[in-house]
Amino acid sequence: MPENVAETASAQRIAVNINVNINVNGKSYARQVEPRMLLVEFLREVCDLTGTHVGCDTTYCGACTVLMNGLAVKSCTMFAVQADGSEITTVEGLEKDGKLHPIQKAFGDSYGLQCGYCTPGLMLATQQLLSENPEPSEKEIRRAIAGNTCRCTGYMNIFKAIQLASQNMKGA
Amino acid sequence: MLGQLGEGAKFLAGGQSLIPLLKLRFANPEHLVDLNFITGTSFIKEDWGALHFGALRFGAMTRHAEIEHSALARKIPLLHDCAAGIADVQVRNRGTIGGSLAEADPSGDWANALITLDTTVQCLGPHGARTVHLRDFIKDAFTTALAHDELVTEIEVKIPPKHSGGAYLAFKRSAPVYPTASAAVQLTVAGDVCQDAAIALGCVGLTAIRATEAETTLRGKILNGKTIATAAEAARAAADPQLDMRGSAEYKRQLVVALVKRAIQIAMRRARGEQIEGAHLYA
Repeated sequence: MPENVAETASAQRIAVNINVNINVNGKSYARQVEPRMLLVEFLREVCDLTGTHVGCDTTYCGACTVLMNGLAVKSCTMFAVQADGSEITTVEGLEKDGKLHPIQKAFGDSYGLQCGYCTPGLMLATQQLLSENPEPSEKEIRRAIAGNTCRCTGYMNIFKAIQLASQNMKGA
Repeated sequence: MLGQLGEGAKFLAGGQSLIPLLKLRFANPEHLVDLNFITGTSFIKEDWGALHFGALRFGAMTRHAEIEHSALARKIPLLHDCAAGIADVQVRNRGTIGGSLAEADPSGDWANALITLDTTVQCLGPHGARTVHLRDFIKDAFTTALAHDELVTEIEVKIPPKHSGGAYLAFKRSAPVYPTASAAVQLTVAGDVCQDAAIALGCVGLTAIRATEAETTLRGKILNGKTIATAAEAARAAADPQLDMRGSAEYKRQLVVALVKRAIQIAMRRARGEQIEGAHLYA
């Protein structure tokens, strides 16, 4: 092997895969992953859960928002190995027994989406909000979804969807 | 451990700045040492030592969201303002106070807020622990007093005396982005008279800038529209902004004037005991 090839190989810094066990939507995924794999790549490519979207890939848009141990995080801004041992909820984990989650139903009923690309992230940000604060004010709703960009709706119907979800979940 | 891995290794705290930098290839470390699995590094404690004033102590890995929701941190309202206004919910759930200081991004929020208070940074390395005052800790843009194999373990903030109040205000074009400019003000008053003032400006220089001239104009003066305007003009002169995508230098200087005025007004009312919710400003 010519010397420069060996140098190139070592310069590529081939990393050893790492064992992780991540609970996604109640199902445990024990896998070996590259340390540099992002959580969103793990969800989409390893778990085949493509409901979590990659929008900007720069920690801006929030399309990749999932819940980690109940808290909203941008899954493009975390490595999969950092989620080892934690519980992740993606949009696929919202519905139960074939029935839409009240947040999902409210987004549909209020026309809180158009193209739908940002919707999974918005619904999970909503889930953290309503689990901590079941009856948020309009200002609190604005703050809670400030990290989620929607390029279609202008946000008004998203507010209405979150208010509707809050009402419907209160009755439940 | 970082010593063994060599100069190419870096610590990873909340990752909300470092991971985007890695993706853009602005940072290219050979190894990352993840601090997130170390227990006992995330806490908020109040400490009333026999020899010193009361202080709040923050573990380096304390998330912005934990500070935002902490009743203890509300004892210093400026800290709550800062924590609650950083980026968005998702970033606050991950980002840490220690990571923010160790990164020393001139657009970051914590250094600018904390520089108006008596803040010390505990550092730990293979040669032991040391305490560095924040003003000596931040050396330059993205440069701190930390040695390559040292990390931040704790941040200690002295609780200001009675009749003190502060405010931290940042102007942002939208929630997830860095501020265009920010102002931190901490005042101690006796009635209407300002006894002491600390004013710092963020995002308008290579580090947070203490507007010492502006502080001097306030000390011993009655706080009114005129003295506040004089201080804000002195702060304008202290700012050293650069033209970038967030705005022109002149626009940022004008923003500094407005932010300092408003922060002084909120700080003054808080120093008198009023409860005022601070709020970041969005474009």
